[in-house]
Amino acid sequence: MNIVTNNKWIGQRTIRPDGVDKVTGRAAFAADTNMPGMIWGKVLRSPHPHARIKSIDTSKAEKLPGVKAVVTARDIVDFPLDKGAVMLGIQDMRWMCRNVMAREKALFPGHPVAAVAATTEAIAAEACKLIEVDYEVLPWAIEIDDAIKDGAPILHEWNKFDGKPSNIMGKLEQKKGDIAEGFAKAEIVIERSFTTRPVHQGYIEPHACLISVAADGKTTIWSSSQGQFMVRAMTAYLTGIPQSDIRAIPAEIGGGFGGKTIVYLEPLATLLAKKSGRPVKMVMTREEVMRATGPTSGSKSTVKIGVTRDGKIVAAHGIFYLQAGALPGSPIRGAVGCSFAPYDIPHILSQGFDVCSNRSKVAAYRAPGAPIGAYAVECVLDEVASALKMDPLEFRLKNAAKEGTKAAHGPVFPRIGFIETLDMAKSHPHYKAPLGKLQGRGVASGFWFNAGGESSAQVNITEDGNVVVTTGHPDIGGSRAGIANICAELLGIDYKRVSVIIGDTQTIGFSNLTGGSRVLFASSIVVTQSTEKIIQTLRERAAKIWEIDPEAVKWEDGAAHPVSPNAGEFPPLTLKELAEKAPAMGGPIGAGVQLNTQGADGGFGTHICDVEVDADLGIVRVIRYTAIQDVGRAIHPGYVEGQLQGGVVQGIGWALNEEYIYNKDGKVDNPGFLDYRMPVCSDMPMIDCGLVEVPNPKHPQGVKGVGEVPLVPVMAAVANAVYNALGKRFYSLPMSPPKVSAVLDAPVAQAAE
Amino acid sequence: MAKVHVSTTVNGEPMEFLCEPYETMLDALRGSLGLTGSKEGCSSGDCGACSITLDGRLVCSCLMLAAEAEGHEIRTIEGMAHGEQLHPLQQKFLEHAALQCGICTSGMLVASEALLTKNPDPTEEEVRFWLAGNLCRCTGYDKIVRAVLDAAAEMRETAP
Repeated sequence: MNIVTNNKWIGQRTIRPDGVDKVTGRAAFAADTNMPGMIWGKVLRSPHPHARIKSIDTSKAEKLPGVKAVVTARDIVDFPLDKGAVMLGIQDMRWMCRNVMAREKALFPGHPVAAVAATTEAIAAEACKLIEVDYEVLPWAIEIDDAIKDGAPILHEWNKFDGKPSNIMGKLEQKKGDIAEGFAKAEIVIERSFTTRPVHQGYIEPHACLISVAADGKTTIWSSSQGQFMVRAMTAYLTGIPQSDIRAIPAEIGGGFGGKTIVYLEPLATLLAKKSGRPVKMVMTREEVMRATGPTSGSKSTVKIGVTRDGKIVAAHGIFYLQAGALPGSPIRGAVGCSFAPYDIPHILSQGFDVCSNRSKVAAYRAPGAPIGAYAVECVLDEVASALKMDPLEFRLKNAAKEGTKAAHGPVFPRIGFIETLDMAKSHPHYKAPLGKLQGRGVASGFWFNAGGESSAQVNITEDGNVVVTTGHPDIGGSRAGIANICAELLGIDYKRVSVIIGDTQTIGFSNLTGGSRVLFASSIVVTQSTEKIIQTLRERAAKIWEIDPEAVKWEDGAAHPVSPNAGEFPPLTLKELAEKAPAMGGPIGAGVQLNTQGADGGFGTHICDVEVDADLGIVRVIRYTAIQDVGRAIHPGYVEGQLQGGVVQGIGWALNEEYIYNKDGKVDNPGFLDYRMPVCSDMPMIDCGLVEVPNPKHPQGVKGVGEVPLVPVMAAVANAVYNALGKRFYSLPMSPPKVSAVLDAPVAQAAE
Repeated sequence: MAKVHVSTTVNGEPMEFLCEPYETMLDALRGSLGLTGSKEGCSSGDCGACSITLDGRLVCSCLMLAAEAEGHEIRTIEGMAHGEQLHPLQQKFLEHAALQCGICTSGMLVASEALLTKNPDPTEEEVRFWLAGNLCRCTGYDKIVRAVLDAAAEMRETAP
């Protein structure tokens, strides 16, 4: 693969292909599509955190005029618990079939128990009230400590941990060296425990779909997701319809951040459409989104780090308990694997526990698990640096992972840009800027694995000599703009001549989820290879016209040229001219590539955060923020910065305000944007970005994943800044006004929580 | 209950529609009027994705009854560009990469236009407080604020 140099479009802030549609209101998101004869689906949800479902009587609902279909767990394909895992990616269909519709038990308030389709939304809602569910209400546990204590109500009676029925569903351990030996060498050891709250991805677009099932079973799904192929496969699994009969069309997606990597509505709407013979539309309310989808895990962690007096980390031990919600699958891999990865530490033990409790099943959220682990580790590192009387960036530099460092999760790092992020932070004007009263500065770093995986692309030259690129990944943050830049660069034409679209499941080859920061990395590999095949065809055709060898033809500035005067004197043949001659020269020009892409390098970032604490109100305000990251190669710097800025602001919300508040009945009390307080525009300063570009040698343009790293360091950076401002440390998130006020009002000697 | 007949003006065009008495303006726009540019993010007036103007005043269309549009003038995102000519705010949002997923963009643009009509030369702080009712989860607001300030500067230069 050739590294492209001397770029015209790569690195340019071009106008995104879907931009005009989005600034004029034309772009079609999932809830924007309608069909003739369409009816509306609604979900009946459990009011209880934990209850055995003894019976469901839907007969009254079915008789209500206007009701066209009712479905319950009986209609959904069962994946029995005792038959073993049926995996689709990282999702076990045994859990998915129980998450989309409660089967034996309702496991959280909001868990679907039935769904109705009717001619209007109002009738569907009315019909839900007529469904009689006989519940045996069971004791429940919401918090980790309540779920793992002796005598805790057990969600999944078949599960055993240490030989006993347990809500601990699994354990992951990663080891390097021997921590006992490491801590024996340590001269300073600091051990601290932390808690974080579950937080929601907070996408502004609620889940929605429109589904039509024809009499022959041919099914069409319009929905908003992070993977139309995931939607197709999960719907096929859960309804029994073969994948070849399901065309999943990706609508524009109004934010996902990991939360739209599984299905909630699609299997229900498909079954309702099949039963009723009518297209069915379902749209969640915000309250349903907050009660029944996402979030990421809450956690409790203990991190112990040992150093020698010269500032070398000799041993590290992390224990991370993560809430999975109602069904197994919390992101312990991210917490365990990423937390210590930025550092070259000889002895590491990193352990994660997956804990079920009676809250909605967690979904992926931007570097799942990694921000939780980094919060604990980077706060302890701050305390260690302070104990060593070392500058926190110097301390990190002294221990930074580099090429050849073996990470606890397995790989030996290739050339990475972590040290460059620390150097840039150290020399950044922000790091030296003066601070005022009640202001503080914190730094933190973070790592995310990044991913490759399956991607497909088809690149076609139109009859008039322009280009259409089709890929298979929903574009959440501007990936189409990156693809247009790359394809235009390779072909040497204006980027506006390249149209980039997202294909549906029946028109483009399999492409895995938009997740893991993989999309531009993976799709640009298949787009590059497809485009290179096209350039080869164009050279061959020019060679034929000129009656010279194809090797004597080069492609440059959008046209074929003889490589040198020795090859012959011919005027260039442009893409347009060759496209017009295509019918007579072997036919249409196009190429597709499908690959399981490899070579995704992990990403590293270092952040600097300044806060000011309002001593009267207990409000922590972020007043300056700089996010520095090794991004490999910024194909479209505007959307790379956008990833950094957006991730940082999500992290600030996580650090300072966002949390689910549960009432005494085990229900979420703040299922809306008023009380679940995400950052608003007036809360934030500008977010400065520093892009370090250490190209990924295994990628044709040097791309590394960018989207997830920016969330990883944030909570620790904010927490370290608050400590710097107040001289008191918070060991639990969020650092919300009531908590901060309590600390400010406490007698001086009392430690922070 | 019988449906309500409403005569109103939407983006300068006289319009008539029927709605349920309890129907919101957002539902009427997205339903009978077929204007799906305004988005529903929360239906409680917290996210601003459904922002429109009513007689020039910025409102959340999810908090307004459709029947209340009678005799009034509604403007939505669909009325912002003049044919192929984008409004300077729309152009600056594109140039500054001030949108990622795009679900908040309609509301952000409508709210920003309402601000610049009232205050053609806002400070960064004024922009931030004016847009505090419009949630964006993708961008961290940085590029949105820059786009609005840049559009305001350009509009001041070209104003008659």
